[in-house]
Amino acid sequence: MKDWFVRNRIVVGVTAMVVVIALGVVYVVVTVRDQQVAATQPGAAVASGLTFVDNGSGQNLVSTLDASGKRTPGELKCLRVYTSAGTTVCLRMSLPGAYEAAVYVGGSEVRTVPLPGTPSRARVSASGKIVSWTVFVTGDSYLAPGGFSTRTGILDLRTGELVESLEAFSMTIEGVPDKRVNENYWGVTVASDDNSFYATLGSGNTTWLIKGDLKTRAMVTVRQSAECPSLSPDQTRVAYKKRGGRLGTWQLYVLDLASGKETQLPGSDGVDDQAAWLNPTTLAYAKVQQGGAPTIYESAADGTGQPRELVAAASSPGPAA
Amino acid sequence: MYVASTRQTKASPSDGGARPSRVPTTVVLLGTVSLLTDISSEMVTAFLPIYVIFNLQMSYLQLGLLDGIYTGATAVLRLVGGHISDRVHRHKAVAIAGYGMSAATKLLFPAIGASSVGLGGVLAIDRAGKGLRTAPRDALISLVTPKEKLGESFGVHRTMDTIGALLGPLATFALLTWVTTRPNPIFMISFCFAALGVIVLIFFVRQPRLERVPGKVVTLRATADLLRNKGMRRTTIAAGLLGLATISDAFVFVVLQKVSGVSPTWLALMPVGTALTFLLAATPLGRLADRLGRWRVFFAGHVVLLAVYLLLLGPFTGIVLVVITVGLHGLFYAATDGVLMAHGATLVPEHLRASGLSIVQTGQALARFASSIAVGLLLQNLAFSTAVLISISTMVIALVGVFLLIRPEVSR
Repeated sequence: MKDWFVRNRIVVGVTAMVVVIALGVVYVVVTVRDQQVAATQPGAAVASGLTFVDNGSGQNLVSTLDASGKRTPGELKCLRVYTSAGTTVCLRMSLPGAYEAAVYVGGSEVRTVPLPGTPSRARVSASGKIVSWTVFVTGDSYLAPGGFSTRTGILDLRTGELVESLEAFSMTIEGVPDKRVNENYWGVTVASDDNSFYATLGSGNTTWLIKGDLKTRAMVTVRQSAECPSLSPDQTRVAYKKRGGRLGTWQLYVLDLASGKETQLPGSDGVDDQAAWLNPTTLAYAKVQQGGAPTIYESAADGTGQPRELVAAASSPGPAA
Repeated sequence: MYVASTRQTKASPSDGGARPSRVPTTVVLLGTVSLLTDISSEMVTAFLPIYVIFNLQMSYLQLGLLDGIYTGATAVLRLVGGHISDRVHRHKAVAIAGYGMSAATKLLFPAIGASSVGLGGVLAIDRAGKGLRTAPRDALISLVTPKEKLGESFGVHRTMDTIGALLGPLATFALLTWVTTRPNPIFMISFCFAALGVIVLIFFVRQPRLERVPGKVVTLRATADLLRNKGMRRTTIAAGLLGLATISDAFVFVVLQKVSGVSPTWLALMPVGTALTFLLAATPLGRLADRLGRWRVFFAGHVVLLAVYLLLLGPFTGIVLVVITVGLHGLFYAATDGVLMAHGATLVPEHLRASGLSIVQTGQALARFASSIAVGLLLQNLAFSTAVLISISTMVIALVGVFLLIRPEVSR
């Protein structure tokens, strides 16, 4: 046996390589053929409509669901997308390891901004004038501890002014002006005045819900342990994720800004998303099912009832354009 | 034709240096194994952020931290890999186990899904495989290469290795853009490259025959005694000291982008620039190290790194700064990565080669790991410029310390 191996090792080696390549090619071809079907599978009926990224078809097509549950795949391919008042922000890969935020107004591309890392969150203000995003900065391919951070950018389409990072704004933590430079901000939501905004500050092991002002470039903390805020269309409530579930997982909460009352959304345990308001009473978010792909759910903002599944193998939910 | 060829054969023995130097076939084959394996692992590394954030909807921050910790922890496995290889006289078999482990993890990703514990485990197995295989592979390279060409052989190997590291992310990008964003095909293709690497190793690489010298048994004791050798001990300490003063690439690139004021898109191109310079310069610098002295070139490489840190202070800005800094950063790798192993190989006897190399590697890897944690902690409380100044001072202290420590015993 050993002699046979020594004599024939070249032939056996080459054969083994050919087999591996053939199996790989067959597997990929079969999988890719299968994904074409997924792009037009219907979802649940969404009264006010839903825009989302379709992960099932393998192309990340920005698709929509209408009031009858009919799914329409679009042309745009994005990792994260959000649309409001005719403005769409699309975060996508531009080069190997490089990403960009493309801004579309009325269907045509008006601006692209190179991003310093992997996209995480994308938002457009209700008026369609202020665009914001958060990315993970990982620097290089070797993930060194301490070598990562988040960076949040805000683009004002009225003036064209770009804030590359919220770190440039002044920060007051619980009344004390803050001087540290290496702080992480993520998950912006801009109010209907197109000036004030909420976001998350992470510093050390603590996170804060913060409120900021675009004109004065100043931010203050509001309360602890609230991430990825999303301001309701009527500006009275903020939805956010907060660690509190079993094993320290995130759950969604809605905070009434006037009364300070916090309501937990049932069935949201394990979520990691910036929730989106589909209308004044309904929130949508993506959550990964056990061992599967992310699925988009909607949930009543007053915390009554269990979440309803809207569409599987999909992420980045937002209201229809 | 005839005349020309006879002239050539006549000329070559007389002036020695003009003979085209031929790197041993085993080195090229091991380079091919590394190239294929690096395509595979860098494909996954490039895909992982997207996979974790978009396919699994998980937070990337914990995972990055986890991976860093495993990289540090499994560095110790190099010692195990090195010792076993020497003990059983089968470097190739241990290397197969290491490469095989990493290849298998590519098939585990789809099964694991969105479990941070599971993902951490898979990454740990991948890193463990890397830890296990490094020492026996480098020992194989050193065992099949004549002493005066060690620098060149390691240079060729590192060049091929880095080509793979460059191709991996390109493959991922092409797949994501034109074929599919579904994760399973990407993991499958990555697995295929890794499997091809393992096949090349199993079927084409030959374990060099080592004569078992009676009386020279490989025991833990004998391995530990390697550090009694002055040259070996000082090399390990010096590589560790310099490792402590080496900050992570991620930090270098992030600071460089800020200081130079270029667009963040350059953040993605900087590692490519470093890798390109590394792969172009690794072989020539390895050859230079064979001629000038390997330790000297290794030391000079860290002086170049000091220059990189000085440039991070931003004496000038713009793309020029980026290009020069990234070029020097690549030269640093070319002058140190393979050269240290070439130098280490001259210090240990053949029957303890893998163990000896693993000691030097582990010392350096642990030191770099400690430094990246320290930098991470520093950055929680300090400005970038302060952190850069601290890095510069640390590097100057390490260079002076090492210069005094090493000279003159190990100058070659």
